[in-house]
Amino acid sequence: MSILVNKNTRLIVQGITGREGSFHTEQAVAYGTNIVGGVTPGKGGEWVGKVPVFDTVKAAVEATEANCSVIYVPSLYTADAILEAADAGIPLIVAITEGVPVLDMIRVRAFLDRKGSRLVGPNCPGLLTPNEAKVGIMPGHITTPGNVGVVSRSGTLTYEVVYALTSHGMGQTTCVGIGGDPICGTGFTEVLAMFEDDPVTEQIVLIGEIGGTDEEEAARFIAEEMTKPVVAFIAGRTAPPNKRMGHAGAIIEGETGTAESKIKALERVGVKVAEHPEQIPELIASL
Amino acid sequence: MKLHEYQSKFRFAEYGIPIPKGQTATTASQAFTIAEEIGGPVVVKAQVLAGGRGKAGGVKLAHTPEEAKKHARVILGMDIKGLIVKKILIDPAVEIEAEIYLGITIDRAARRSVMIASSAGGIAIEEVAAKTPEKIVRAHIDPCLGLPNYQARNIACEIGLSRTLWKQFIHITSALYRCYEESNASLTEINPLVVTNGNQLLALDGKMTLDDNALFRHPRLAEMRDTDEEAPAETLARQADLSYVKLDGEIGCMVNGAGLAMATMDMTKLFGGSPANFLDIGGGAKSDKVAAALRIILADPNVKAVLFNIFGGITRCDEVAHGILSALGEVPTDVPMVARLVGTNEEKGRAILAQSNMITAITLAEAAQKAVEAAHGVSVK
Repeated sequence: MSILVNKNTRLIVQGITGREGSFHTEQAVAYGTNIVGGVTPGKGGEWVGKVPVFDTVKAAVEATEANCSVIYVPSLYTADAILEAADAGIPLIVAITEGVPVLDMIRVRAFLDRKGSRLVGPNCPGLLTPNEAKVGIMPGHITTPGNVGVVSRSGTLTYEVVYALTSHGMGQTTCVGIGGDPICGTGFTEVLAMFEDDPVTEQIVLIGEIGGTDEEEAARFIAEEMTKPVVAFIAGRTAPPNKRMGHAGAIIEGETGTAESKIKALERVGVKVAEHPEQIPELIASL
Repeated sequence: MKLHEYQSKFRFAEYGIPIPKGQTATTASQAFTIAEEIGGPVVVKAQVLAGGRGKAGGVKLAHTPEEAKKHARVILGMDIKGLIVKKILIDPAVEIEAEIYLGITIDRAARRSVMIASSAGGIAIEEVAAKTPEKIVRAHIDPCLGLPNYQARNIACEIGLSRTLWKQFIHITSALYRCYEESNASLTEINPLVVTNGNQLLALDGKMTLDDNALFRHPRLAEMRDTDEEAPAETLARQADLSYVKLDGEIGCMVNGAGLAMATMDMTKLFGGSPANFLDIGGGAKSDKVAAALRIILADPNVKAVLFNIFGGITRCDEVAHGILSALGEVPTDVPMVARLVGTNEEKGRAILAQSNMITAITLAEAAQKAVEAAHGVSVK
């Protein structure tokens, strides 16, 4: 079992003929992901490898019955691409693109809430269920099937942790990158709830960072709603206030968003918080 | 990107928000001329991107053009929190009956923009929130509707604004929201919005922060960036498309990915050192980018060691290693370097780096430890 994506996922790629889109489509197909189509306006009728290209998401859905879309279009077109996918009835939309304006995302969120589609990202590495589906840019070879659910705001830091887990023989159910932007489609609590309901997931790793209060909300959710153990790592203990640390959402504003506040909130509800990412497997083994 | 007070207020004025009819000056004699034109008491205000200008002596009242000139001479060149004042704003002084706070920003948890208002204006809103939270009024804004009049009226009521000012207040709030949205701001703030003794609302001070990711839509606003206000290394990094933040420690960090970069900084601290910077070189680690990053890191005289931490996911570690070596060829240095490459072809990558003078490590903990030792003058292999 897994969450969000599996071998029955019927994936389309928005921006499939672009540099990023075509490269990662090839990687995902090689991994065994069921990619049923791609979309690039103006290139309908072409092919990327064995994948047919459509002009619109609507046409792609009608022809392929796709139920998931991954978005690689440039940041200035990303909001429109998400709206298009939601309007075409795609239930799960994964936006990889970094640099989407925040006010675009606020408008997109309001529309998604009406349509009932779920968005993961933007500015995220996507989703990966080992040996079943790779939706996004996570390297497949560092993952292996198992019982640990991983959810993270980061990209390479997630790979670091997943790699450490795999090296210690701890496989994963699904790895979820929720993204590093201030406004994202899916937050920690929603993913934690899905892992709690997934019968195969036994432990969960949460990788947070400075900025916002999503980790604090996750702590409250863990205390009130969860039975499965969670271990965590929070990046940015040495980050200064009022400076954006790469990710648009990684910023300590006034007293809000510090690593200390997040670590305290998690430890208060019994979550073990690692001092560094390589400690995670050790903490899981100690559960 | 932050705008200066005068830039923010001039932008507000384009939307019809009343502001004092002031002008900027870069010399004391200009200040004299402007004060003379205004023809009454004026306020001389330092234009730097730092809070607490008043407390630092950067805001002064002048009754005559001579006095304005005298204040200008003191304030120009003044150091306020490490920033040198190069420009001043000369505003006509006004008689104030009351001060209001009015701002719009992003509420991350609610995933909405929010208008914040308070009858306790003129002091930092964080201070109001801490001392008298009951004086703060919030209204979330529906992105599809904008800010309807009734919401503005609700706010006016809740902060106890006189009915005679409601019409003006609604005009200002709706203009401020349009300005916020059309500038892709993450903050627009009027603090204080004052009630003058003539019962008029006037934006006495202004602040704007713009979303860097949306500047491509606003070339005129993008040009307003004041590079004097950021560390020179941060300007260079921005031009090289690198994400860099200068810190005070001794270990330069070069990492791919923002989260991993923060984790790497934290590791140097955990092992007894401290990070000199945050730096995300992005994917691929091509040699020209690594070289640009290395130049920026080594230009900081505090740097005693450099720590490379590259997770090669899709990118192969041997390619990254070649990129690092060719960058090192372009930027010769005696500073010790520790490299840790993980991921595809990691052994190959390490072997390539071991041919140079680089110290290599397998785990992140080992790499951080070695970098701290090297920075503290210990000979490391």
